[in-house]
Amino acid sequence: MQSPGALEISRRDLLVASAATVTVASASSLGHAQTNPPAASQSTTVGFTVNGERRELRLDNRTTLLDALREHLHLTGTKKGCDHGQCGACTVLIDGRRVNACLTLAVMHEGDTITTIEGVGQPGNLHPMQAAFVNHDGFQCGYCTPGQICSSIAMLEEIAANIPSHVTSDLTAPAEITAAEIRERMSGNICRCGAYSNIVEAITEVAGRKA
Amino acid sequence: MRAFSYERASTTEAAAKAAATKEGAKFIAGGTNLLDLMKLEIETPTHLIDVNELGLDQIEPTPEGGLRIGALVRNTDLAADERIRRDYQLLSRALLAGASGQLRNRATTAGNLLQRTRCPYFYDTNQPCNKRQPGSGCAALAGFSRQLAVVGVSDACIANHPSDMAVAMRALDAVVETVQPDGTPRSVPIADLHRLPGDTPHIEHVLERGELITAVVLPKPVGGKQIYRKVRDRASYAFALVSVGAVIQPDGTGRVAVGGIAPKPWRDEAADGELPNGAKAVTAKLLTDARPTEQNAFKLTLVERTLSAVLAEARG
Ligand SMILES: Cc1cc2nc3c(=O)[nH]c(=O)nc-3n(C[C@H](O)[C@H](O)[C@H](O)COP(=O)(O)OP(=O)(O)OC[C@H]3O[C@@H](n4cnc5c(N)ncnc54)[C@H](O)[C@@H]3O)c2cc1C
Ligand code: SF4
Ligand code: FES
Ligand code: FES
Repeated sequence: MQSPGALEISRRDLLVASAATVTVASASSLGHAQTNPPAASQSTTVGFTVNGERRELRLDNRTTLLDALREHLHLTGTKKGCDHGQCGACTVLIDGRRVNACLTLAVMHEGDTITTIEGVGQPGNLHPMQAAFVNHDGFQCGYCTPGQICSSIAMLEEIAANIPSHVTSDLTAPAEITAAEIRERMSGNICRCGAYSNIVEAITEVAGRKA
Repeated sequence: MRAFSYERASTTEAAAKAAATKEGAKFIAGGTNLLDLMKLEIETPTHLIDVNELGLDQIEPTPEGGLRIGALVRNTDLAADERIRRDYQLLSRALLAGASGQLRNRATTAGNLLQRTRCPYFYDTNQPCNKRQPGSGCAALAGFSRQLAVVGVSDACIANHPSDMAVAMRALDAVVETVQPDGTPRSVPIADLHRLPGDTPHIEHVLERGELITAVVLPKPVGGKQIYRKVRDRASYAFALVSVGAVIQPDGTGRVAVGGIAPKPWRDEAADGELPNGAKAVTAKLLTDARPTEQNAFKLTLVERTLSAVLAEARG
């Protein structure tokens, strides 16, 4: 667990703390036995690496990877939008591949290597994709952005690995980086603010630098 | 979500046995459908058997010249496999038309086949639904049925099967391999895997409790032009209203399976025989017993037009 230690408590920390309280309250109304620890048979110990750090947690089996990251490891960069696989806000990288953290159980990830937006880059040491999103205004409210960035980084790797998409015209030719390909491959990340055209520009810039 | 115990299975036999002997047990693969439904307490398993470590993630050639696809091969990996892209393009295309990049990275071959309907009333636990709660009625019949099935339906349920992949598997005559709880393997042709609702819409397939899918086998390649055309409300990341998967040979013969219109991927070998006579003739045979609602009758026309577009594309 990350501890705030001697750092000054910012307004943001207070907001995070109160948001966590709200989450616990609503989770228990959905039947989570948050007040009592779950029966031994209903919890499991799982160990995985998150952003380079080895973590071991004993979790109620019901805990999604998303809730484990946010509520247990306090990595709140990864967002919860729909909690049903429909928006992509929760996208993280597991062994380099993008997945929806809301539709997988934390206990299913023994030994896995997980990267969240905090592990992608930090202020002062931004990943090129993060910097490109800033340069191109690839967001408005920013809620979908961690998911968009994790997704786009893995998406470019998928193209490099010659994984085809719905709009790839020739399945036997190498995958190309075009705006149409980027749009199709990013369709699992919804942006309510509609920052799509700037998102495509940010990704295109990074893709061009890589090519 | 209801509480459950959890185990990671290490052999197929142990997994099948555990699932058959433990009351309320279910397998979990990618989890992208099961967890979604567990959060809504539509699925309420009391024990989950994680089958991800069973080593069923390979695609291997068969002695007959086909391919054996492990049950745990992810949709992304199946769509990207060089042999599938070359010899079974229909399957790659169908997979790539489904869900999103993130979901395909987790979704498995077996889980995709057994995913449950997207009928809005099945998902809304405040509504009657014979599939979710046998005997409670069907809210869709007099409700919002635009997305639902037009053929193979019953008075008890008009839900459609949402899988794109299954449509391609049906056109390619895939065979599902399983291991039963007593350890005996069996093979089920994809045509026989899903059941029509009749008056038991909650029973969706022929697998027994604890029966584990281990692989899906494709017969040797059939060549031809292979086309998957999906019609939906937005261009990506949406379920099919209608989809057509077809293999068309240079002489105009072939096979066609249709998605979005029935409780299972819909194919009729007699309709295949009409392919040289055009889309109208095929559609008439395929939809002979159609019983659409007022809201989804448009699908009858849409099947014919989508097939017509597929045949035009096949002619080049
Ligand atoms: C937002 C969203 C959009 C989607 N869009 C599409 C789409 O456009 N087209 C489409 O086709 N699909 C779509 N899907 C569905 C997706 O394809 C399925 O959720 C996925 O294929 C299920 O696979 P899984 O491995 O995650 O299954 P799981 O959720 O793990 O399991 C599903 C079922 O299969 C059973 N099962 C799993 N493995 C086995 C096995 N080996 N033997 C026996 N039983 C087994 C489980 O017990 C469970 O009942 C979408 C899903 C979401 C969330
Ligand atoms: S169509 Fe089937 S799934 Fe939908 S409400 Fe009726 S019984 Fe339930
Ligand atoms: S929160 Fe996971 S996809 Fe929306
Ligand atoms: S920036 Fe607001 S949701 Fe995308």
